[in-house]
Amino acid sequence: MSVMKSAPATGGPTQSVGAVWEAVIGLECHVELKTQSKMFCGCKNEFGGEPNTKVCPVCLGLPGALPVPNKTAIELTIKAGLAFGSEIPRFSKFDRKNYFYPDMPKDYQISQYDMPLCKGGVVEFWLEDGSRGQCRLTRIHLEEDTGKSTHAGSSDGRLSGSTYSLVDFNRAGVPLMECVSEPDIRTAEEAVAYLETLKRTFVQLGVSDVKMEEGSLRCDANVSIRPAGSATLGTKTEIKNMNSFKSVRLAIESEITRQIELLESGGRIVQETRGWDEGAGITHAQRSKEEAHDYRYFPDPDLVPLEFEAAWIDELRSNLPAPPFKRYVRYVDEYELPTKSAAQLVENPVWEVLLDGAVRRGVKPKSYANLLLGDVAKKQNEEGLSEPVATFTIPASSEFVKLIEQGTITSKAAKEIFPRIWSGEITDPAEFVKREGLAQSSDRDEIKKFVDEVVTANADAVAEIRKGKDRALQFLLGQVMKASRGKANPALVNELLREAIGGG
Amino acid sequence: MADSLIEMTAAETARKVNARERSAREIVDATFEHVRRIDGEVGAFLTLTEEIARTQADRVDARIAAGERLPLAGVALAVKDNMCLRGTQTTAGSKILEGWNAPYTATAVQRIIDAGAIPIGKTNLDEFAMGSSCENSALGVTRNPYDAQRVPGGSSGGSAAAVASYESMIGLGSDTGGSIREPAAFCNIIGFKPTYGRVSRYGLIAFASSLDQIGPLARTVEDAALAYDAIAGHDPMDATSVDVPHESTATNLGESLKGLRVGVVKEYRAKSLGSAIDDVYAKAYADLEKLGAEIVEIGLPTADYGIATYYLIAPAECSSNLARFDGVRYGLRIEGNDMTETYDRTRAAGFGPEVKRRILIGTHALSSGYYDAYYLKAQKARTKIAADFENAFGACDVIAAPAAAAPAFRLGAKSDPYSMYLMDYYTIPVSLAGLPSISVPCGWAQPEDGDAEMPLGLQLTAPLFGERLLLGAAHAYEIATKHSKKHSPRIGSGVVGRALGVS
Repeated sequence: MSVMKSAPATGGPTQSVGAVWEAVIGLECHVELKTQSKMFCGCKNEFGGEPNTKVCPVCLGLPGALPVPNKTAIELTIKAGLAFGSEIPRFSKFDRKNYFYPDMPKDYQISQYDMPLCKGGVVEFWLEDGSRGQCRLTRIHLEEDTGKSTHAGSSDGRLSGSTYSLVDFNRAGVPLMECVSEPDIRTAEEAVAYLETLKRTFVQLGVSDVKMEEGSLRCDANVSIRPAGSATLGTKTEIKNMNSFKSVRLAIESEITRQIELLESGGRIVQETRGWDEGAGITHAQRSKEEAHDYRYFPDPDLVPLEFEAAWIDELRSNLPAPPFKRYVRYVDEYELPTKSAAQLVENPVWEVLLDGAVRRGVKPKSYANLLLGDVAKKQNEEGLSEPVATFTIPASSEFVKLIEQGTITSKAAKEIFPRIWSGEITDPAEFVKREGLAQSSDRDEIKKFVDEVVTANADAVAEIRKGKDRALQFLLGQVMKASRGKANPALVNELLREAIGGG
Repeated sequence: MADSLIEMTAAETARKVNARERSAREIVDATFEHVRRIDGEVGAFLTLTEEIARTQADRVDARIAAGERLPLAGVALAVKDNMCLRGTQTTAGSKILEGWNAPYTATAVQRIIDAGAIPIGKTNLDEFAMGSSCENSALGVTRNPYDAQRVPGGSSGGSAAAVASYESMIGLGSDTGGSIREPAAFCNIIGFKPTYGRVSRYGLIAFASSLDQIGPLARTVEDAALAYDAIAGHDPMDATSVDVPHESTATNLGESLKGLRVGVVKEYRAKSLGSAIDDVYAKAYADLEKLGAEIVEIGLPTADYGIATYYLIAPAECSSNLARFDGVRYGLRIEGNDMTETYDRTRAAGFGPEVKRRILIGTHALSSGYYDAYYLKAQKARTKIAADFENAFGACDVIAAPAAAAPAFRLGAKSDPYSMYLMDYYTIPVSLAGLPSISVPCGWAQPEDGDAEMPLGLQLTAPLFGERLLLGAAHAYEIATKHSKKHSPRIGSGVVGRALGVS
């Protein structure tokens, strides 16, 4: 048994005693789509509610009931694929995946087997250190979600040891998109970055809410390890039951470590499904490959094959907004914004129009980005908005930022003016600043007058400063700025204050 | 008095009720009186829906009084018990669904009720519509109204027996491989399977989804056409229901076959069903010719693969369709120590042997490693069979053939499932091709195992969506031959028992 290092936080092979291992990771994500109604019936697609209230003969699988596909769900899935450059085949179909489970009303799931809606594609992502990575998609297909079982009578809510189970079918039949990746991911951190791209993209396209805590994103990871540089794949395990991005990271790291330890101690990896135990911080074996189901897929005879018109797909493609990763790359490469700012800006797609508009008006990207990430974000947050109010315009905000850039107004004055830019009260900031006399002043005599007034009125603070407490200087500076209605050049105020107090 | 009411055709009934010469209520009363008298022997019904019938009758009478005219006003209707009717027990002839009350109504049933028909009850069938004699029902025995020792055919045997014994004027059946046409032939009535997709399957408990089709059983072609007109048309609740405009068939019933090219199948003619039966069909083809039709010989070289093909596709679909009967949400549940045992016990006790056989065959055919050899191959054969028909329709307008391989056989006579499957030899290829097809009484023959003559049916089949042409031709043949009038039902009392002198 060798002493193990835990998997590294950033990319690259894992060094352990005696060998360098590389992890190979593929992800399968189930994403509930944001549609009004369920996949094959008219029931409301909403999270929660009294158990078994959002149900009908179709999603309960009553005898004689038939599925009718939800066109919006098909459209959202195709949009998701287009965002990652997937091929959208002209023909597709639904198949039945047959297996018995109490929360599956028909004891088969309507899914897609060999003709998914989307084939291929690439998910690009960035890591915290600013480096970039990508992972190919195998496919995206559409299916129906199952109901939800609650196991009762046992101490821990698990099936094992429970005396009875309850099933809520509210979730049964909710449209569920499955995104299957190629095994291109090498680290837990990349896995999380991949998931963050999926989440960001789906949320921004309106495909899904992607709330892991509500189960609208569920993820399984296939993990294997091999000697770094090897071209062959090791035996993989499938990890299930990861309920947050954090648990995805921890579970993958834990599984990589387990596999390395096992191989280095002369053991063999068994192909199996393993559950992540968040509390214990380990994965445990659930089902071996031998117990795997034969799902007996066959085309669902209740549903006719799908055929898409090329023009419709083209229309969807051309109406698709730029996916977040593309914006991120533009912000960093073209606008030369710091990766951290770019990552933050990307979270709000509406900002792209504002930023681009401001840049076209000659504003420096960085200055405008600061406004968006500062005052605009704060206002949106305060007012509970997902985007700026309509009264906040590109021309006014651009001119406003220019005034800051040029030093025409101080940041203090800017803070005072901003709310009126937001509300649309000020449409011509330059004119406003001129009219109100808010332009930054570097007039020594004028500022000296304010400084003297403040020093006289705050003898205590002056005494503190003379004892070496510089914090009081900030207070006096603030007082002078206030007295000048924010106009005074702060550097000059600082200089004159120190002069007046002396000994500073 | 009652007798004459129940003997009326649907067309006649609707005419009289619309004219307010008769009320729906009196028809319902007369019908139930008759049903109570004879159904103990016929066994057509699993459930009588007397309360619903009287409420619906009053509603129809009120609508007529308010000036409405309904195409099936006051017409007594038998509904096969694999179709949902809200608030009534719907069993599919299986123990696994015994006692299950449908919380919704099938589209076809709702449409025919909206057209003025009165549901008298839910009729017996082979369990989940799997069978050709009604003997696979877990819930009752149905007898042939022309010989109580014989089967009524199946799987829509209950509806066929009800219509034949005047317990209802029309019936709804479902046909997957012949389940409307074969019992119609056995019971000397009309059985009509429309083009796949013409009638919504919403609310029909699925046997084999790609083959199941609802259609009418009736005593005249006109009645079948009226019922079909009421139920046909696109339904947004069924993704396989076709959005093709429906044109009334009841207003297009012909009296001549002049210019019609009727194909008779070379391969079928080479097979003998016994000389008495062969003679009946030879006469039927000759009668068609006499009515002005031109008889042309056509080939259906792949039709012989019909049964093998069908018994892969239909069981494959049923193995999946019947998975939902697991004891979790509705129907029979026999507790085990865990979920799997509960599934096993419930399904072992709930399904009959034929249903189990087909679930096993279908599960096997879809299994990994066998799919290509069985299911996929069968789909290819199905395509070929359909192509054969399409090809044949280049030379003819309708195809004539026997509706069943024999007249009604004795209860219990077919213990070997394969010999039962062979009954549908002529109907199955048509089902695989999705074509509209009708069985019309065409004569009587002495069965091999008895003295009394039993009825035979002539199957006429048209190209896809050729319902108007098909019903028109069937009507011309029917009114010119009137084979159905030769004998009366020999079961029970009253009108149905007249031939036996029972009162």
